[in-house]
Amino acid sequence: MARKKYSKRKERARKKEKIKAKKAIAIPNEEIKRELKISAIDEGTVIDHIPTDATFKVAEILDLENHQGIVSIATNLQSKRIGKKGIIKVGGKSLTQAEVSKIAIVAPDATVNIIKNYDVKEKIKVKTPDVIDNVVKCSNPVCITNNEQVATKFYVLRKDPLKIKCHYCERSMGKDDIEII
Amino acid sequence: MDFKNKDVISINDFSKEELLHILKVARQMEQKPKGNLLKGKILATLFFEPSTRTRLSFTSAMEQLSGEVIGFSNANTTSIQKGESLWDTLKMTEQYADVIVIRHPLEGSARLAAEAASIPVINGGDGSNQHPTQTLLDLYTIQKVKGRLENLHIGFVGDLKYGRTVHSLVIALSHFNPTFYFIAPDELQIPENYLDELFRKKIKYFKTSDLNRFGKEIDILYVTRIQKERFPDPLEYEKFKGVYRIDNEFLQHAKKDMKIMHPLPRIDEIDKSVDSTQHAAYFEQAANGIPVRKALLALVLGKAK
Repeated sequence: MARKKYSKRKERARKKEKIKAKKAIAIPNEEIKRELKISAIDEGTVIDHIPTDATFKVAEILDLENHQGIVSIATNLQSKRIGKKGIIKVGGKSLTQAEVSKIAIVAPDATVNIIKNYDVKEKIKVKTPDVIDNVVKCSNPVCITNNEQVATKFYVLRKDPLKIKCHYCERSMGKDDIEII
Repeated sequence: MDFKNKDVISINDFSKEELLHILKVARQMEQKPKGNLLKGKILATLFFEPSTRTRLSFTSAMEQLSGEVIGFSNANTTSIQKGESLWDTLKMTEQYADVIVIRHPLEGSARLAAEAASIPVINGGDGSNQHPTQTLLDLYTIQKVKGRLENLHIGFVGDLKYGRTVHSLVIALSHFNPTFYFIAPDELQIPENYLDELFRKKIKYFKTSDLNRFGKEIDILYVTRIQKERFPDPLEYEKFKGVYRIDNEFLQHAKKDMKIMHPLPRIDEIDKSVDSTQHAAYFEQAANGIPVRKALLALVLGKAK
């Protein structure tokens, strides 16, 4: 009797294990999980690996508030590479070089995926340039660029964390002082 | 070394060799003056804010070399009052002169002026940013009174936070293996980014608020005025005004051949009694503005090599 009970218990445990294993196979990997949280687009651009706190900044740079196509924004997603990250999917939009340069300033690890027919056609890793032309506003109120119509220019002193120097007033600015034009 | 048509905007633009070359030409200007060197050349002085020494010494340097000077020292009497941009002012001036000296309260204005004008532009001070001709005459003075620039112990005292002369001189002297002593209250100490730069270049420095602490070590003591105009709150200024005073009692504890420099004007940082001692080098320093500015004018106009 006791033996029967034991084998029944064993059987139940085995079944449990089986279910567990099945579940393990059914659990999507990180990528798939993310896809569930943010819907796919047929044509457009996906910007991935944005630092979580820069996600809305990127949306602002791309003026997504006024974009007429589909826009999906997700933040605080888990990322092995950068800890917590954000993703933005923009339907029906391809980025200009100037927009990619601007993104590189606030999200130096971002990747830009160009989507066609639900497929990634091209994957571009953004790159912080050595010179930033007319993208950033100088934080120095008495800099000539804030007082006369002049295109700003900054030299990148350090890429991570970003430190830049104004070509005109020679003032250095850290990541937190950077304001995109 | 060819300086023809070169702009003089920031001390950061010059290598050690270029700095030494300018000082060499300045020495030639002082020792063997050539009265007609800049005959037929015109200097435009565009002074958008007041200046005594810089404008007068540029005018004097140009006239001593038989050049002519046009310009203004008060922007209120010009088209700027009507809203003319700096860019347009420069585009207009380059038609009337061979070289331009500009002083402007906005930082980076001299760099913009140099981009607008096709003739050489010399920065006579752009706000708190750069004043390269002051730095060059400071280097010239140090070389003259000490016989060298290498391996000197240099103290800076006063407003090291806002003082642009201090910042530029620290950068320029960094080429010559100095030891620096930064003497100031914590609130007016040298900004961290300069210390980072010194650390990167492996240059030794000390920071203190005690004027007497390194008296025996210092070869050159560079004194600066606590600048009232830099303090948003007048009470803050009152707190620091007169905090350091160089007088005969201080000098008793200094090296016998220690020299005192000051970009002037002074308020009360250096007692008048110091003027007659062998330590005072600040009036000689002001006089050195002439050979240095002569050298720069002649070099950028292609009249000296």
